[in-house]
Amino acid sequence: MIQHQQPTPTPSHPPAIDVHGLTKSFAGKRVVDGLDLRVERGAIYGFLGPNGSGKTTSIRMLCGLLTADSGEGTCLGLDVRRQSAQIKAQVGYMTQKFTWWEDLTIEENLRFAARMHGIARAPRVIEGALERLGLAQRRRQLAGELSGGWKQRLALAACLLHQPKLLLLDEPTAGVDPKARRDFWAEIHALAREGLTVLVSTHYMDEAERCHRLAYINAGRLLAEGTPAQILARVGLSTFAIHGVPGAAVAELKALAGVEQVVPFGLRLHVSGTDSRVLADSVGAFGHRHQLTWEPVDATLEDAFIALMRGGHG
Amino acid sequence: MNRFSWRRLWAVLAKEFIQMRRDRLTFAMMVGIPVMQLCLFGYAINTDPKHLPTAVVAAESDEFTRRLLSAMTLSDYFELVAMPSRIDEGRALLRRGEVQFLLRVPPDFGRTLARGERPQLLVEIDATDPVASGNAIAALSALTDAALESELRGPLAALNPRPGAVEVLIQRRYNPEGLTAYNIVPGLMGVILTMTLIMMTGLAIARERERGTFENLLAMPVRPLEIMLGKLIPYILVAYIQVAVILLAARLLFEVPIIGSLALLLGCVFAFVIANLSVGLLFSTLAKNQMQAMQMTFFFFLPSILLSGFMFPFRGMPGWAQTIGEALPLTHFLRIVRGILLKANSAAEVWPNLWPLLLFTLVVVGLGAKRFRRTLD
Repeated sequence: MIQHQQPTPTPSHPPAIDVHGLTKSFAGKRVVDGLDLRVERGAIYGFLGPNGSGKTTSIRMLCGLLTADSGEGTCLGLDVRRQSAQIKAQVGYMTQKFTWWEDLTIEENLRFAARMHGIARAPRVIEGALERLGLAQRRRQLAGELSGGWKQRLALAACLLHQPKLLLLDEPTAGVDPKARRDFWAEIHALAREGLTVLVSTHYMDEAERCHRLAYINAGRLLAEGTPAQILARVGLSTFAIHGVPGAAVAELKALAGVEQVVPFGLRLHVSGTDSRVLADSVGAFGHRHQLTWEPVDATLEDAFIALMRGGHG
Repeated sequence: MNRFSWRRLWAVLAKEFIQMRRDRLTFAMMVGIPVMQLCLFGYAINTDPKHLPTAVVAAESDEFTRRLLSAMTLSDYFELVAMPSRIDEGRALLRRGEVQFLLRVPPDFGRTLARGERPQLLVEIDATDPVASGNAIAALSALTDAALESELRGPLAALNPRPGAVEVLIQRRYNPEGLTAYNIVPGLMGVILTMTLIMMTGLAIARERERGTFENLLAMPVRPLEIMLGKLIPYILVAYIQVAVILLAARLLFEVPIIGSLALLLGCVFAFVIANLSVGLLFSTLAKNQMQAMQMTFFFFLPSILLSGFMFPFRGMPGWAQTIGEALPLTHFLRIVRGILLKANSAAEVWPNLWPLLLFTLVVVGLGAKRFRRTLD
């Protein structure tokens, strides 16, 4: 696992995001339920959770697109309920779907964003953004004709144009190839080093591991929060890798005491459980019975989150 | 941020104009619809049809009968297409719709007339479409008197109709020849504006919603008024282009007189355009996608075209239909545009139909603004 140095909170700056008890219902259904979130300035904060867990709704409440039913707090020191206009001016929000105008060119989209934010010396800023993200050659191409990776670059460039202090990214790398994803994350880390705070929602575990801190939500509730290492420690999962398990024996393995998850990884099975002693006994007995080899391995974040999703660890 | 910004309005406007230019189909519709409707309605529709197919069953061909038939043909309303020998053959033609009129001249028509006995002429009419035969019927009775007048001389002169006690003078004002185009072409201005404006504005915002770009727009520091104006102003321009096309066509192709004040007309057009844009805006706030916006447009367009007095005489409708008609902007605009073009109405004469437009706009904008929320919830 990659270890990142966590930014230390400076007392002169309030946290970028500091909200308590944010709640939002749609048609009687609670989508976000009492969310507490605190993100220090300059951090890359991962926001994880299954589909429909309330990630997008939470992000929309943070940037002033939605008004919370209840709860309060600040975003960049501004009240999320009453100062949404000022928040919008200082936040860059990259939506999950590509929401720039497909019948405008890259340059026209950027120019529109620049005018909307009232950017001084817009032509130079636009030029800089085009250069920085490698879009200069394609400036006159219609946004609708771009591939997923280029669309994502355009969306990022447009969000950054007004030099926001906080970047909210809603599943920014969905449908983007691995190379473009890696480049994207390099860019995000570079921005964070310059002092930008980034809140990013994602499904990808490798991306989660690139974050300084993580929050995991399910059904609108915050289940775990901390650095990746803290979350792993908190879930306290032990994992064994067993090699060459015959297909017929998988059901037997799943039924053993202490086994909570069985996940295939190539030719191995990862077997996890929170009670490490019971799990070790079960796996040992199973291995002897079927004459298999096994060894303990580090639990991954994915194992931890699946354990969290099943409940009982919140 | 909380102040209205011309810079942001300009940003939205510039974006809308670029998108409008790129959307060839929509652009073609804005100019294509007026031209197409003008040609269809202006050239194709005639509420005073002539040369209606007529069959005559005449037992004998005397001087009186020949006179009568030639007078009917000369009137332009009737065209003799069949002379069946028996009445049931004539009725079969009528039933099959091959003729609209069946005239039956009785066997001893000439002699009975000469005896001074007022013979009867039976005319059977396919009256399924009352409008199609109305004028021809009116022409028919006057025609028989005139046709036979020259034959009724000497002792028969007494059979000529006597003048009534009062002489009625009829002046057809504003459209002496009763040309349909005089009525239809100015009316088309209202119909075309209604259709294109409501549909275009409805689609413009529903499209942003459908594609998700609306969320992006809302995430920017922009005021709802700036988005609204930026979306609507381009269509005001489109509306005036359409009005210019229609006025030119009215003058050059259909020779419709334009005797009133053009400035007053263009001013009233503005009020009407705003009324329609406000409807489009309201629909766009209700519609979840472009399809729904389209459906709502037609929901509004059909009563507009049917109850406004564009297609059918407004005064011929029952009270409740007139009430609905009075609530529609097109009804008032039709009166305004016909009043100004054909009757040279003044501002004061137009006012009774102008204020309902303004009131309508006020109500609809109020409803629309309430729905046009900045946030997504």
